[in-house]
Amino acid sequence: MTKIYSHPKSLRGVTTHYCPGCGHGMAHKLIAEVVDELGIREKIIGVAPVGCAVIAYDYWDFDCSEAAHGRALAVATGIKRVRPQNIVFTYQGDGDLAAIGTAETIHAANRGENITVIFMNNAIYGMTGGQMAPTTIAGQKTATTPQGRDVRTSGYPLKISEMLAVLEPVKYIERVGLSSPSNIIKAKKAIKQAFQNQIDGVGFSLVELLSPCPTYWGMSPAEALKWIDEVMTKEFPLGRIK
Amino acid sequence: MNKILISGNEAIGEAAVQAGCGFYAGYPITPQNELTAYMAKRITETGGIFIQSESEISAINMVFGASAAGERAMTSSSSPGISLKQEGISYLAGAQLPAVIVNIMRGGPGLGNIAPAQSDYFQATKGGGHGDYRLIVLAPYSVQEAFDLTTLAFDLADIYRMPVMILGDGIIGQMMEPLEAKSKKRKVKNVEKPWALTGCKGRKPNIARSFYMKEGDLEKFNLGLQGKYKKIEGKETRWEEKYVDDARIILVAYGTMARIAEEAVKQLRKDKIKAGLIRPITLWPFPVEAFRPAKRARYLVTEMSYGQMVEDVRLAVNGKAKVEFLGRSGGGIPTQEQIINKVKDIV
Ligand SMILES: Cc1ncc(C[n+]2csc(CCOP(=O)(O)OP(=O)(O)O)c2C)c(N)n1
Ligand code: SF4
Repeated sequence: MTKIYSHPKSLRGVTTHYCPGCGHGMAHKLIAEVVDELGIREKIIGVAPVGCAVIAYDYWDFDCSEAAHGRALAVATGIKRVRPQNIVFTYQGDGDLAAIGTAETIHAANRGENITVIFMNNAIYGMTGGQMAPTTIAGQKTATTPQGRDVRTSGYPLKISEMLAVLEPVKYIERVGLSSPSNIIKAKKAIKQAFQNQIDGVGFSLVELLSPCPTYWGMSPAEALKWIDEVMTKEFPLGRIK
Repeated sequence: MNKILISGNEAIGEAAVQAGCGFYAGYPITPQNELTAYMAKRITETGGIFIQSESEISAINMVFGASAAGERAMTSSSSPGISLKQEGISYLAGAQLPAVIVNIMRGGPGLGNIAPAQSDYFQATKGGGHGDYRLIVLAPYSVQEAFDLTTLAFDLADIYRMPVMILGDGIIGQMMEPLEAKSKKRKVKNVEKPWALTGCKGRKPNIARSFYMKEGDLEKFNLGLQGKYKKIEGKETRWEEKYVDDARIILVAYGTMARIAEEAVKQLRKDKIKAGLIRPITLWPFPVEAFRPAKRARYLVTEMSYGQMVEDVRLAVNGKAKVEFLGRSGGGIPTQEQIINKVKDIV
């Protein structure tokens, strides 16, 4: 019998703390599969965020660092500059990467750090209880926008990928959705491309994953996937941005 | 041995390079800019890495990453910038990562001014960032000592796996003095770093972390940290004392202030007043030993702040002697004359 699928070596065989239907678990697995397929488990150094995925290093089975909220790309810069031979990536939510860490994000990208960024956009702050994120959709109800996000007072959803794409040293940006099997296959391809770029010394690469947070969207896991396709992708169109 | 004329800021940079510092990140702020510029030139000459970061917050977190990856790493700043670094300093302490942080103090609070001051003593020695942690804090009083203590700082940081701060002021940073820049080939203490993030080839994965969710785990970790700090208090306390044996009044001062106090002591001795000097070199751990009862006298603590170290002196004498205070800040520096007058009032 030929084995066509097995548990990725880079993923520990433990139960995660994520809610049912959450996108973090899927994203972790895709990264682990890509790391295995590229054969870089013994070279990789991950930087975990502050957010629901704060203990991602309890799930991945390779070297990892923590970072203060938003500072992942500064930490990753330190690691990568010291160890250019290693493969370094950050894993960050929208609050982490696009709110408190905006400066670190823009400047690491603009320095052209040869780092891979996995950007989990679930349009909300999960860990702290469902508050508005910079990426919250106009009209979306959250704990801090009980009437729905009013763009006149809270601004518009921040399109960080498009913003970064204008920077000269940014080499690759793709937005994918964790909403259907075919989209998940595309997501894995994009993640693999972003890591391959680093291996090839291409430069700063970022994959934005539109990811469900059924808990704080107040939806069932199935409804959340539909909401990504029907609402989120209107604001954040899928595909290669750069 | 050859002596060179160099500023305190540059001496710190030279010491760092000779101590094997391979990574520096910083953001410009007066009065420590000469150090950033020195590192930009020297560390790259020696194959190290220099980054001018977008902020102090970024710089300290780059240092976090570089240190986690096993490199000797340093950042420097001055008061308002050090406030921004506090988040990262707390994380370094929590993840038990070595790093050297230089604070060349200026006036505060707020933007303050660029004149020398010593008003970040509390922030350096009592915390500043969140959580139960300590920094080893070294206070140079000359260009030579700025060099020597920086070298020591890298070793202590590695040995104890914790951030170490060099606390100077604008005068220490910017004045020029002859420096004996030791041997060109100083033997770098090679501390093994099996915990470093290097990729998990041939071993279990390493994790640089300070987050402990399971009940009891953080308390256990923190008790470990406290044990380490106790050990440091026992082993790493440093100070200098002059004319204390027969002194009726002992001046206590650190950094630039100690130089002025020392001149005052010499003058007082000429005036037949038995004065002495205690100069703490480690501000944490504080040299409580130096205030042992046999040396009991009156103390006059003088600072370029409105009374911060004086609280540690009071704790050290524990009510067994009188402790007086003379301080100025915001660019004002207690003069030799002011000190002498104060002493004459007291005795
Ligand atoms: C300096 C700081 N500010 C605030 C917090 C609290 N906090 C933890 S996670 C988080 C938001 C995380 O949101 P996101 O990055 O979108 O990740 P998610 O939880 O949605 O996966 C916040 C505000 C913190 N830990 N540190
Ligand atoms: S709160 Fe949202 S992001 Fe966090 S684990 Fe639950 S579903 Fe996932």
